[in-house]
Amino acid sequence: MEATLTAPHVLQEAMVEKNFRTENLSIFYGTYEAVKGISLPFPEKTVTALIGPSGCGKSTFLRSLNRMNDEISGSTTKGSIWIDGVDINASGTDVIKLRQKIGMVWQKPNPFYKSIYDNIAFGPRYHGVKGKKALDEIVESSLRRAALWDEVKDRLKDSALALSGGQQQRLCIARALSVNPQILLLDEPASALDPVSTGKIEELIKELKEELRIVIVTHNMQQAARISDYTAYFYLGQLIEYGLTEKVFTNPENSMTQEYIMGRFG
Amino acid sequence: MLNNKIAQNHKSRIEKHHIEDFIGRSYMSFCVLLLIVAIISMVYFVMSKGISTFVVDKVSVSDFFFGTKWSPEGSNPSFGALPFIAGSFVTTLLAALIASPLSICAALFMTEIVPGWGKKLLQPVIELLSGIPSVVYGFVGLSVIVPFLRNVFPGQGIGVAAGSIVLSVMILPTITSVTVDALSALPQNLKESSFALGATRWQTIARVIIPTTLPAILTGVVLGMARAFGEALAVQMVIGNAPFIPKSLFESASTLTSVITLGMGNTTMGSPQNNSLWSMALVLMLMTFLFVFIVRLLEKRRAI
Repeated sequence: MEATLTAPHVLQEAMVEKNFRTENLSIFYGTYEAVKGISLPFPEKTVTALIGPSGCGKSTFLRSLNRMNDEISGSTTKGSIWIDGVDINASGTDVIKLRQKIGMVWQKPNPFYKSIYDNIAFGPRYHGVKGKKALDEIVESSLRRAALWDEVKDRLKDSALALSGGQQQRLCIARALSVNPQILLLDEPASALDPVSTGKIEELIKELKEELRIVIVTHNMQQAARISDYTAYFYLGQLIEYGLTEKVFTNPENSMTQEYIMGRFG
Repeated sequence: MLNNKIAQNHKSRIEKHHIEDFIGRSYMSFCVLLLIVAIISMVYFVMSKGISTFVVDKVSVSDFFFGTKWSPEGSNPSFGALPFIAGSFVTTLLAALIASPLSICAALFMTEIVPGWGKKLLQPVIELLSGIPSVVYGFVGLSVIVPFLRNVFPGQGIGVAAGSIVLSVMILPTITSVTVDALSALPQNLKESSFALGATRWQTIARVIIPTTLPAILTGVVLGMARAFGEALAVQMVIGNAPFIPKSLFESASTLTSVITLGMGNTTMGSPQNNSLWSMALVLMLMTFLFVFIVRLLEKRRAI
């Protein structure tokens, strides 16, 4: 393993980002250390792409950001995740409240077995939004933000499962947006979709980053290059390189990053 | 020359494959055919016997299904099977009502609440429960549940309540294991999506997990009911076997199965008494078909 992992100036940048960053975050499954002491910033109005070969820990890292790893028995997390000056990784964090701030979308579209309307209204209902009018508004605005409104506005009561794969995925994004999160975590959101749907999702990500921070795990190098502002390259649980996407893709500092991006391994 | 030989070799190999394939296919076709013939002849046998009550012995269909008086002996016999039909339905429904919530909770406990040791501990227990012979259930019911009911409630202890309780324990494993399978088959992401929106575990179970798996859970309940409906021995030991429609849960009653098992040794083949038992067997069989049909319907719905 080469010693110089990340350029010092980039790490300094990470320390500057106050509102959302990780600090020395390590994640264990039992005794196995899947993520090894990673510090990463997620600046406002940006898309940060996490890339790396399968099993490098990028998904595990992503899932820890909204404490989703709590649901996996035997996993423990050390280090800090700072959101608005609070370490959400500390014990005593209200995970329910936290997850309202952080939306998440998975690789496979996974709408609830409910109507389109109820899929979106699901979250707000739990967070005390009452009254049909208020819910109607949230449903419409969430679907609009996910660029799905025009396609489904006439059949909100239909089952969400009747939508196409790409529509389902945008529905899942709308569902995540329904509780008005500040951060959106995307775990390979387009890898199960056809190219046209993928294009729509990417377009959507570019629009959404004007409003919130987005962290995306992707196996698609071109996708990372197209949509992200910052790129972090993970390998075997370590952060090998982090920087502006342009820089990482055109002139990486680490030879391992270069090899991976060029498709020589991974 | 050499090519010729290879070609010949090849050809004989192909032929060998063909023969193997033919033998295998014939054998399997034979087995399937045997199965189909067995089922069809059984259905035919039960049908012809069951219908002869109405055709040969001229018992009216409505007297059989809605008559409440069962006295097949004597010069003026009457064949009202309603008490048994009612007994079967009541015990089955009650058993399902008792067992379903318990089973669903047990399944949720094993898969959602404590998936680690919960499953490790309960899985063998459930499997064991389903392996216990029904005579043992009946015996335990007779020596534990019946005295308990006798002490707490009016009556003799034996009766519909005792039968239902015994049946409910017997169908617990069926409903639980079907529900556990359904819950384990849920995509992990679905639960996480609910968690990610800030729903608690209970909200997730109530609003996402149960609604999504409901058709499968109902399949389990129907399968359990099918088992309860067809169970003879254990019920017969605790239900009292009186040919009346019970007026309370603590009165003796009979079910279709218990009447058949008790009566079949005392009647002669072809007699009206015997035929009427076959008619009840026919009702049982048709009910089983209905249960299977419902399960099919539910599975179709689940596939969406």
